Amino acid sequence: MTTTIIRTMTRILSPLILVFGLYIILHGHLTPGGGFQGGAVFASGLALLIVGFERKRVKSLFEKAPLSFIESIGALGFLGIGLIGLATYTFLKNFIANSGFLFGSSTPEGINPGYLNTGGTLSYLNIFVGLKVLAGLTSIVLIFFLILGRERDE
Amino acid sequence: MRKLLGIIAFLAFAIILFVAAIHLRPFGSPPHTEMDKYFIENAQKEASANNVVTSVVFDYRGFDTLGEATVLFTAVTGVLMALRHYGGGKK
Repeated sequence: MTTTIIRTMTRILSPLILVFGLYIILHGHLTPGGGFQGGAVFASGLALLIVGFERKRVKSLFEKAPLSFIESIGALGFLGIGLIGLATYTFLKNFIANSGFLFGSSTPEGINPGYLNTGGTLSYLNIFVGLKVLAGLTSIVLIFFLILGRERDE
Repeated sequence: MRKLLGIIAFLAFAIILFVAAIHLRPFGSPPHTEMDKYFIENAQKEASANNVVTSVVFDYRGFDTLGEATVLFTAVTGVLMALRHYGGGKK
């Protein structure tokens, strides 16, 4: 049962929570956090959206969301990065670090402000794990919500 | 008889645990520091990331993280497989 207070606060808060989750995922190699934590934050924002609105609206909103597809992309991307590393030297080798590719520039040693374009495979793995965690947690919350709503409707 | 067995088992466990506790290092001194020193000195250069914890989790011990991700994947797959019948037919 959602009230006007919950709906209004969801409208205000959920974009901020989603952006914060994306920030934690993308800055996993610079600041505390990473794929798991950022994915959990992002999924909590989506869970707020799910419980904040009526069942009909949630169904129309998430009907087309390819959550299983995103989760599979996360798992297969992680394995794929690991296997490319295996092709170069060993499983999950950081083969992009210091190579000049995207996320591949080298970080200066010692104290530095932190540059986003560093990290090598760490950034890619953070993104893949984040996708996986957010899709998994969101689909669990979604299916529990749908079951509860169905029992309430009957 | 059972009481005697219980007492013997209790004493054996207690002796093993006390011996292990006596051989602990003093509080606060880690047993081996070579690996920590290696991570702290080389992680910024090798993994080219400021966050050493993330370099350990995703680079030096990436296989462990793959296992964690597999645990989550299996859990989500199990929940969805068990409950998708009740969820209104979708997902």
